[in-house]
Amino acid sequence: MEVIYNVLETILPFEFMNYIFMKNALIAIILISPVFAILGTMIVNNKMAFFSDALGHSALTGIAIGMVLGISNINVGMILFAIVFALLLNYVKNKTSYGADTIISVFSSIAIALGLAMLAQSGNFNKYSGYLVGDILNITGTEMLYAFIAAIVVYVFWYFTFNKLNVISMNSTLAKSKGINVKKIDNIFVVLIAIMVMISIRWIGILLINSLLILPAASSRNIAKNMRHYHLCAVIFSLFSGISGLIISYYLNIPTGSIIVLISGIIYFITLFFKKK
Amino acid sequence: MEKACGLHCTKINHIGVKFGKDVILKDINIHVHCGELTVIIGRNGAGKSTLLKAILGEIEHTGNITFVDQKDNIAEKIKIGYVPQKLNIEKHMPTTVYDMFASCISKVPVFLKKDKKIYEEIKEHLKIFGADMLIDKSMGDLSGGELQRVLIAIATKPTPNLLILDEPVSGIDKNGTKDFYKIINKLKTEYDMSIILVSHDLELANKYADKVILLDRTVIKEGTPKEVFNSLEFKNRFGTIEI
Repeated sequence: MEVIYNVLETILPFEFMNYIFMKNALIAIILISPVFAILGTMIVNNKMAFFSDALGHSALTGIAIGMVLGISNINVGMILFAIVFALLLNYVKNKTSYGADTIISVFSSIAIALGLAMLAQSGNFNKYSGYLVGDILNITGTEMLYAFIAAIVVYVFWYFTFNKLNVISMNSTLAKSKGINVKKIDNIFVVLIAIMVMISIRWIGILLINSLLILPAASSRNIAKNMRHYHLCAVIFSLFSGISGLIISYYLNIPTGSIIVLISGIIYFITLFFKKK
Repeated sequence: MEKACGLHCTKINHIGVKFGKDVILKDINIHVHCGELTVIIGRNGAGKSTLLKAILGEIEHTGNITFVDQKDNIAEKIKIGYVPQKLNIEKHMPTTVYDMFASCISKVPVFLKKDKKIYEEIKEHLKIFGADMLIDKSMGDLSGGELQRVLIAIATKPTPNLLILDEPVSGIDKNGTKDFYKIINKLKTEYDMSIILVSHDLELANKYADKVILLDRTVIKEGTPKEVFNSLEFKNRFGTIEI
């Protein structure tokens, strides 16, 4: 850790880098932004923005259930619940013939209402209300380790499975004819989104987490000409808004998550302006 | 690729599909030979798309599909190529024809780099269908006819034993349709594969099919286009038509 801190101080010789919490936040952003960006490329291609939004909302229920069951580590409860929720949501989405957005909305509303009710009942709502907006300036070493491991897992999965995901997103029957195990890969994909979202939700917040997945990829999609370009721009946009958001929030004293999302939003509108005609 | 010899036979045996209590397909038996174009017709909801999904193993079904080389009567594992009716595409999307094609045949992740060898290979194969100049175009920017040629190219690499096309000529103009059947004819005669095509275009089925199958939950009638179109079963469903 010391080495990383020293490197960061050398690269960014600014006043804000004197604080450990700023260094941690910066490392966290560098760790998770690219992962969110690449996951986002497929979420946007598959028109799953609403799906990932519902996943984020399920965190609240995850916390509540974890508490009721007495799971000491909130993260574990949340991640387990999110995995079950993601698989269930995926199953129902594939089963229904009518609008998937309706069914996702039903799940999403129930998850958030159930979470609120359970937390309020046990008198713990205030303690966990921080999860709604997140706090990236208060990161623990364990959390960072989790994020690091999850990021590696996503990268490995992406390297070996992206081509298959790409075919599935075009047409699942076509993918099947090419010998791709559509259901398995689709399920692993949503589980990875669930894990990534849950690990970073305490930093970014339930209300904003989805924008981290959607905005960089959506912006990149406006201007990218091929898959390589699409990924590269998404990662650059994501890192840029993350890092600049952190620095601006330090000087303006505004919650970091909201600044990051605002910058991502501005980038989106700029790319929309330059959209391929 | 070998030329069609007429000795490879794909047998679709006793296919049945149920969704809950609804019987969608019942006891379907179809035999197709290489070098033969079989057109499946039927009204909406007759189970045409479901049959294709069952053949591809995408949905649960009873029965099985076997592929036999009648020269030595040895059953082999069947390779199926599929041309879908619709794709999840949008104008200007960042998936090029190369990205899509390479995703189907290569292990090198397409987001990382363009593999020169694969690129040439794809271009070469697209050329057969007169689509090599489309390789760097976005999938979303292709015309109906172009998209179809690309999809047929994708479905025929590697060469399948059975090529299935789902409503391939919807949304394509007359010239495009003619070109399409030219390609099918070429595949039929020059390559060793059977072709099943699902269509509601009866006129074209009459003109190009070697065999027509009238489907309504099960095989109602099969035979040459003439036999099927003149049958009572056909007239009951489509009325008398002038072809």
